[in-house]
Amino acid sequence: MAHLSAENLDRARRLVAVYPKSRSALIPLCHLAQSQDGYLTEEAMVDIAELTGVTAAEVRGTATFYDMLHTEPVGDYVIAMCTNIACLLGGAYELLEHAEGRLGVHIGQTTADGNFTIEEAECLAACDTAPCVQVNHRFFGPLDGAGFDRLIDDLTAGRLVDQVPRHGVLNRVERTVGLLTENESEARA
Amino acid sequence: MITNADPIITRRIAFEDSYTIERYLATGGYEGLRRALTMTPEAVAEEVNKASLLGRGGAGFPAGRKWSMLRQAPTSYLVVNGDESEPATFKDHLLIERDPHQIIEGSLITAYAIGASQIFIFCRGEFALGLERLQAACNEAYAYGAIGKNIFGAGFSIDLVIHPGAGAYICGEETALLESLEGKRGFPRIKPPFFPAVNGLYGQPTVVNNIETMSNIPWIILNGGDAFAALGTGASTGTRLFALSGRVKRPGWYELEMSKTTFRDLIFDPSLGGGIIDDGTIKAFIPGGVSAPWFGPDQLDLGLDQEAVGKAGSMLGSGSVVVMDDTTCVVRAAWRITRFFHRESCGQCTPCREGGTWLEQIMRRIEEGGGRESDLDLLMDVCDNIAPGVSWPPQQTTICVLGPSIPSSIASAIRMFRDEFLAHIEAGCCPMGGAR
Ligand SMILES: Cc1cc2nc3c(=O)[nH]c(=O)nc-3n(C[C@H](O)[C@H](O)[C@H](O)COP(=O)(O)O)c2cc1C
Ligand code: SF4
Ligand code: FES
Repeated sequence: MAHLSAENLDRARRLVAVYPKSRSALIPLCHLAQSQDGYLTEEAMVDIAELTGVTAAEVRGTATFYDMLHTEPVGDYVIAMCTNIACLLGGAYELLEHAEGRLGVHIGQTTADGNFTIEEAECLAACDTAPCVQVNHRFFGPLDGAGFDRLIDDLTAGRLVDQVPRHGVLNRVERTVGLLTENESEARA
Repeated sequence: MITNADPIITRRIAFEDSYTIERYLATGGYEGLRRALTMTPEAVAEEVNKASLLGRGGAGFPAGRKWSMLRQAPTSYLVVNGDESEPATFKDHLLIERDPHQIIEGSLITAYAIGASQIFIFCRGEFALGLERLQAACNEAYAYGAIGKNIFGAGFSIDLVIHPGAGAYICGEETALLESLEGKRGFPRIKPPFFPAVNGLYGQPTVVNNIETMSNIPWIILNGGDAFAALGTGASTGTRLFALSGRVKRPGWYELEMSKTTFRDLIFDPSLGGGIIDDGTIKAFIPGGVSAPWFGPDQLDLGLDQEAVGKAGSMLGSGSVVVMDDTTCVVRAAWRITRFFHRESCGQCTPCREGGTWLEQIMRRIEEGGGRESDLDLLMDVCDNIAPGVSWPPQQTTICVLGPSIPSSIASAIRMFRDEFLAHIEAGCCPMGGAR
């Protein structure tokens, strides 16, 4: 096991320990691997397989079911644009067309500089801010074309680094408590 | 003006720091748990029974009854469903980001009442901020002594895990959610057993309840089940968090007493939806998430009441109301909803997988101007193959109800707006400007 960093390996073992069965940690570990590499690499899948007691093929087979887990590289900023019913009624397709024009790529593509990937998203549960988008799963909306351009400018200029970490970083708050912590402290005592 | 009861689950949300433990404790937080721990688990469950709290996840099953069905076993689980992905539904998202402690407290009380061994809160993966807020709240609650060993010195111990999803609508279906929580693809399980209460997580008895359902529990324990049941009418008790979106001036969430408000109030009252954008005309609305059949303006005076909406041929479902007006192309709207189901079908059942694909293609063809008149019959025929009779509630031919939900919007749109379908076919394009 070598791909995950020592720090992430330690995190991974703590994640596995909170579940009654280690396979339950499979998806949290995929998120962890994406936070390290920006997407889910073959090497990380091998590590995850070993940590959860399944084969790498099972990790891949599971991961590919889920929209958030990318097994191919994506841009630093993945822009998920909702076009579902409420956003559609608020002009989401017009916004999507604008976004494709502004970035010069189509849905599913990444800009040549590797900064931005556009995805079409299903309802993001923020329909009162239609049309809305997520950048690396952080919300922005309602947006018109000008608002979208400002968002891209802000991201490019690094003005949103605190709010929007690079792609793959999901939950920045770690579990600091719980059964394992108690067991660990007992073991150390 | 409409009159409304005091809010139950959103009363803290106006505070900027509503998600912190400081604000939670300053506004009565964890008092419900303290009270519950002085009662027997049976007495706690009895209060919830008296409240006749209906599950808020979409199916509206009474929470007390679900808990009583839990098979007795040494190990059992409580799994809280925070996967919220039904299009136009955004209430759990709000509760997760703005009042995570209330969800945690409700879950702890529930776990105590049902004797669960561990709690999992499954949070939709796309809610990055929500996951951070939930985990921070979980850490705070542990430090405060509300989770962990010997809670508040009352002898009750339990662990709570915040679990992230990874993007799949179907994982909201409770058996798919359990599969996902076991680290697998989110394939709904074959029924029977119909309830995870018999065979749930790792084959152990499991209660699955929705985020909003859990959020009501602390108030019920502090104020009593009778006080909750006194709100609303009949089987629809308490308040409910309605999510209003689409062509209204004031889209947003509104916590309203059940049954006392009508759809007209929700959409037009100046303190609620505020009417149609540009003072346009309402054309149709969806009363309870995109799985629900549509209503026309003639149904506006129905109450926001589970039974009444059910009798009128649709459902209150997830409590999300979508408004379409005279600028809306209903063919395009129904196509987009169909495409959602087609994309999110897990693919296990032929009627859902193949039917959804065909319906999406035919709807797209009509919207783009390549449809034929016979397509309307073809659509209804495919719908009939997925849900025989295309009735409401639908007949089920599939493992879960995603499949039988697909016909809802198509059948509604054809029934209500046949002329618009024909206009597309005659014009050879979308008369209202067209979708991409
Ligand atoms: C396709 C499908 C999607 C669902 N999505 C959700 C969801 O996102 N959140 C939810 O709480 N329930 C959802 N449900 C309902 C759950 O299966 C289950 O009934 C609910 O979580 C039980 O909680 P409750 O009794 O407190 O409502 C869904 C059901 C189906 C068939
Ligand atoms: S009805 Fe559709 S989503 Fe549900 S189990 Fe069958 S194929 Fe999967
Ligand atoms: S429809 Fe776009 S966020 Fe719900």
